[in-house]
Amino acid sequence: MSLPRVRIEKRLEQRRFLMVAVPLGSLVVAHIAIAILLVATGHPPVATFRRLFDAAYIADGALTNSLIAATPLAFTGLAAAVAFRMKLFNIGAEGQLYFGAIGASGIAILLAGQSTPVLIVAMIVGGAVLGAAWGAIPGLLRAFLRTNEIITSLMLNYVAALVLNYLIFDSLSYWRDTSATGLVFPQGKPLVDAATWPVTTIGSVAIPFGFLVAAAVAFVVWVLYTRTRFGFEAQVIGDSPRAARYAGMRTRRKIVAIMCLSGAIAGIGGASQMGDFRHVLDARGLQQANYGYTGIVVAALARYNPFAVVFAAFLLGGLQNAGYTLQSAEFPSGLVGVMQGMILFAMLGGELLVQYRISLPRPVRHVRPQTESAS
Amino acid sequence: MSSPEPHASPAPPAPGVIAVAMRGITKRFPGVLANDDVSFEVASGEVHALLGENGAGKTTLMNILTGLYRPEEGEIEVGGKVVELASPRDAITAGIGMVHQHFRLVDTLSVSENVVLGSRTEPFLLNRASRTREVELISEALHMPVDPDAKIWQLSVGEQQRVEIMKAVRSGSQVLILDEPTAVLTPQEARQLFRTIRVMAAEGHSVIVITHKLHEVLEVSDRVTVLRGGRSIATVDTAGATTESLAALMVGRDIDVARRRESTSAIGGVVLDVEGITAAGDRGGNALKSVSLSVRAGEVLGIAGVAGNGQRELAEAVTGMRDLSAGSVSVAGKPLKTGDPRAAITAGIAHVPEDRMHTGVAPSLSIASNIALKSYRTEAVGPFLRLGLIRKRAQEMIERYDVKTPGPGTAARSLSGGNLQKVVLAREFSGEPRVLVAAAPTRGLDVGAIETVHGYLREAADRQVAVLLISEDLDEVMMLSDRIVVMYEGAVAGEVDPRTATVEEIGLLMAGVTGEPTGSEP
Repeated sequence: MSLPRVRIEKRLEQRRFLMVAVPLGSLVVAHIAIAILLVATGHPPVATFRRLFDAAYIADGALTNSLIAATPLAFTGLAAAVAFRMKLFNIGAEGQLYFGAIGASGIAILLAGQSTPVLIVAMIVGGAVLGAAWGAIPGLLRAFLRTNEIITSLMLNYVAALVLNYLIFDSLSYWRDTSATGLVFPQGKPLVDAATWPVTTIGSVAIPFGFLVAAAVAFVVWVLYTRTRFGFEAQVIGDSPRAARYAGMRTRRKIVAIMCLSGAIAGIGGASQMGDFRHVLDARGLQQANYGYTGIVVAALARYNPFAVVFAAFLLGGLQNAGYTLQSAEFPSGLVGVMQGMILFAMLGGELLVQYRISLPRPVRHVRPQTESAS
Repeated sequence: MSSPEPHASPAPPAPGVIAVAMRGITKRFPGVLANDDVSFEVASGEVHALLGENGAGKTTLMNILTGLYRPEEGEIEVGGKVVELASPRDAITAGIGMVHQHFRLVDTLSVSENVVLGSRTEPFLLNRASRTREVELISEALHMPVDPDAKIWQLSVGEQQRVEIMKAVRSGSQVLILDEPTAVLTPQEARQLFRTIRVMAAEGHSVIVITHKLHEVLEVSDRVTVLRGGRSIATVDTAGATTESLAALMVGRDIDVARRRESTSAIGGVVLDVEGITAAGDRGGNALKSVSLSVRAGEVLGIAGVAGNGQRELAEAVTGMRDLSAGSVSVAGKPLKTGDPRAAITAGIAHVPEDRMHTGVAPSLSIASNIALKSYRTEAVGPFLRLGLIRKRAQEMIERYDVKTPGPGTAARSLSGGNLQKVVLAREFSGEPRVLVAAAPTRGLDVGAIETVHGYLREAADRQVAVLLISEDLDEVMMLSDRIVVMYEGAVAGEVDPRTATVEEIGLLMAGVTGEPTGSEP
């Protein structure tokens, strides 16, 4: 006889209420785990949670800071979601974002005398084009040489980082500040004031222009995937490449197009970094932020739904922002990182429960066999 | 292992000790009652056929017996004791083994390695010589010649099946389930398999054969249980059964199993012309070697052959799914751009693919999306799809083709084989095709669904479509075709007239014996 054991089986049908209940339950579990951790390290759990929540969403300027943290994550999250939905695992949003930043800052330096609206459009286009170009490389390799795009897009992130370093630290490039201080302390050329993107203020909350762009991109992506021929083809290719070929779809072109789209969205994220926040091609800062990789987590949390990506980016942005505030002498950054990690771990782990069912062995009801019923 | 059981009895119909009993099994899936109070018994030394439609729940029933599913109600007894089969391992421990339709062998390992695969009793350091010897013994005992040191990929499909059977026997299976075992075999190989099945039964094993071929039931089994609509309809002794009586039980009405299609329409001019096509196979080498054939309007050309002799590649080459290295495919005199499925679709070639679950449909997408899989280009305004129209058309198709499903938004993967094939047919016929390439259109379907599919193929021919029917089911090819071309090793082995040819004649062509039948074994 078999020992009782837990079995995990795929759900035949996804229950609607689980879509809400599981993430909430995961949050509760995460908070209980964190509370244990906090008690163990000698911090009051309830007060810490209160401070965390306060710093993320309540305190003066908290929402503004959370939105600033959320904006790049919304872009990289959308970039990942667009590609992952088609089972193209573009890990390269990081590098595509760098190239977007290079393109946007380059064009802003070039068009220094222009008005703000012209500069905004030019920066978005410049960022999108370079991001798309960088995304096209793994796309083309995948489509025509069947190279694994996970590897190539990941490797290209390092290449992009080296390009960024080269432009600012290792050369007197177009992007580098060549004034006296700039030569001693290498940094990018500051962008003109007109290249600063506007901020929309609602009450005390300042919404970065980039966040609104990200929301618009999310809407466009949603329409594209649910309402257009392009999206239909992407869905079929993502689900079964053989069926797509069978239906006469040009799968290679679509793969390249999706990778370009994904890269372009990450690239606009880079443009938003230039226009909204940094105003200078900040090679070191961009590399330290890890927006591209965090974007993958955002996309996974949102189950690749574009609107949910924006929302997840906001939640994660809040968490990051609160993390900065919480850090202090008696509250080390490592502990903040562990807390953030536990929340993400619980949320992503909870996903399992939406798609799979954990069944405990239950007794099979014994029913007396009935005699054969005719017909 | 293979020593005869003391209670082995050569007289089949007398049921010996009950080896497995399933009582009152009920299994529900969302919206479907797959098994409804099913009871089923197999005795030691018995060959028991399980007949029934795919939707009828025989697959579910066997998945319960092999521990893949758990029933909501009912109990399973093995060797007189109630057991709980919570996982495939439990089933193996209880002595229940299954040979699936799609083999689960490791291609790059040898026969003997595959046979011991998954065994927990192997020593840490494997002893190759003793393993080879053991496999030889099993192979002799079961009258199944296989070289223990050959790699799986070198074997024919029939030989691979023997390895699966040996694997099950070695793991201690007293009850062996064979799922559609003859689907991929030549008539000669099938006969060989039946001999092995009888040997196993004589040694006291119980063998459950899932099949939809009625003559096989009569040929190999002692008793037969018929499932229909998730319920066990009857268990009868094979000795007292006829093809007609079994078919009636299975379908619930009388059908004429041997009805040949007689062309009701005049056969027109050549529509599909395949001229000397050569194409590479997936494993290198040429899978198609200068194949030429033509199909006329209103004609059904049947392609017979053992699986893996180029039929799949032929279907793919004609429909643009496979690149050609030589030759051409023309529709109504116009040569197609080769290796381009869209060119084939535009030229009016409809395709019912062999792998309906992953080629014929995108399984996770809805039925509506799958019905629009080829027509979506025209069901759009600019770049935007007309979703309302697509849904409405899908609803119409579901009704016209009698697809059993909750609605057009249901994922294609949740459909049973027969209903899935109806979706594929609905889509392919809606394009008003001039040529229909149907590859294994009824594989794995139940008698009812087979009849439906055959009906549609006949209807297509009557509507002056040129039909290329590629099937490993010889009965089907014989029944539907106006002409039959037999393929062997990627080339045309010969053409026969189904009205005059015998199964033996075709069987020899399938085995590569050309010219006058000499009776030599392949």
